[in-house]
Amino acid sequence: MNLTLKIWRQKDAKSQGKIVDYPISGIEDDMSFLEMLDVLNEELINKGEEPVVFDHDCREGICGTCSLQINGQPHGPDRLITVCQLHMRSFKDGDTIFIEPFRAKAFPVIKDLMIDRSAFDRIQQAGGYISVNTSGNTVDANAIPIEKEKADDAFAAATCIGCGACVAACKNASAMLFTSAKVSQFALLPQGQVEATNRVLAMVNQMDEEGFGNCTNTGACEIECPKGISLENIARMNREYLKASLKG
Amino acid sequence: MGGLIKSSIARKVAMALSGLFLVFFLLQHFTINFTSIFSADVFNELSHFMGTNPVVQFALQPVLIFGVIFHFVMGFVLELKNRNARAVKYAKYSGGANASWVSRNMIYSGLVILAFLGLHFYDFWVPEIVHKYIEFAPEDPTRYYPELLHKFVSPVRTGLYALSFVFLALHLWHGFASSFQSVGFNNKYSVGATKFAKAFSIVIPLGFIIIALVLHLNHNH
Repeated sequence: MNLTLKIWRQKDAKSQGKIVDYPISGIEDDMSFLEMLDVLNEELINKGEEPVVFDHDCREGICGTCSLQINGQPHGPDRLITVCQLHMRSFKDGDTIFIEPFRAKAFPVIKDLMIDRSAFDRIQQAGGYISVNTSGNTVDANAIPIEKEKADDAFAAATCIGCGACVAACKNASAMLFTSAKVSQFALLPQGQVEATNRVLAMVNQMDEEGFGNCTNTGACEIECPKGISLENIARMNREYLKASLKG
Repeated sequence: MGGLIKSSIARKVAMALSGLFLVFFLLQHFTINFTSIFSADVFNELSHFMGTNPVVQFALQPVLIFGVIFHFVMGFVLELKNRNARAVKYAKYSGGANASWVSRNMIYSGLVILAFLGLHFYDFWVPEIVHKYIEFAPEDPTRYYPELLHKFVSPVRTGLYALSFVFLALHLWHGFASSFQSVGFNNKYSVGATKFAKAFSIVIPLGFIIIALVLHLNHNH
């Protein structure tokens, strides 16, 4: 397969970036997208050029590290997968592929396709935790009865890997799907009730301070989320937030 | 509570509530306009009531004007903030792959509706205020229907009116159903509520277009 790659190159956070064209050949259907980039980088290194910097870690769709906007869509054209699970069979010979970093003011580019997603860490730190007695009297979580439906919803929310595809897909660069998943995974469980009021207020406040946009319910985040996190979480966060605001 | 007004969720809920208020107003407006196609007397009577009742004039009308202004000012503010949240744009962005055109372009359908509201105020509201509060013209409970008919003589005006309601339908198609999600309503009743909102967003604007066309044809025959 012969392809033309249009890749965002940016020297560092302060430099201006630009799209650079890279023709590449000999790409096989069974290669993963990241392997294709590995091939490109090997060629660039052999030519004495700077390789393309991109984020990756587990390469099995769990860690949420890979973060590429491929042909205008986060994690590429396929659904419910991350870039590392995307294969070249999703493209055809002669294709031109745009490869850009996830774009948001709150996700500044570090270099080329690598972005700084520590804004998500700060949102988590603002309230994504529960109080558990760890002095030797810890109650086994399984000893607390929880409705099956709620446990399932909490688990589904907790499958968010924090990759940032929701922000990348949203026309407003809103982080509401991520934040709502992190709020929901606790709000649905009895263990999460202790800090419920402060949690949602603090996490939403941090989200706003980071400079993410506002949600306008386009639903793009849900479609592009590799873990299928539901928009119901955003509605739940809105309810939790209104409840917490009225409580003070 | 200060933080509530500044927060993204509070602004989202405020947009939804002001939008829902305007949807209720639209339904009321439609109901009165609808009477014009089968009874000039009923239309005159209802219009006279709306135009002279002090509660409507001095309590509801200011609330409505505030609601309209709030909704579009907040819409602009949010649009600017949202554009600012992505300073460097994508070289290639496939918005249509994961979200409807209507949901991504509420600002444009909203701008067309705003332009229409300008025309509508010029056509109806300004002459009404001049008539009542500047010229202090004598009350005539039968003047409303002929005035209404007069506005739909021009095919261009009727066409613009109809076109604006197409954009209103687009705006409502996303906005009405999405307001439920914004206020936190997403449960087993959501499918039914969304279907109702989508039906409303077609039926009511279409009704307004039909009324405009009937009045236009009535006058010309």
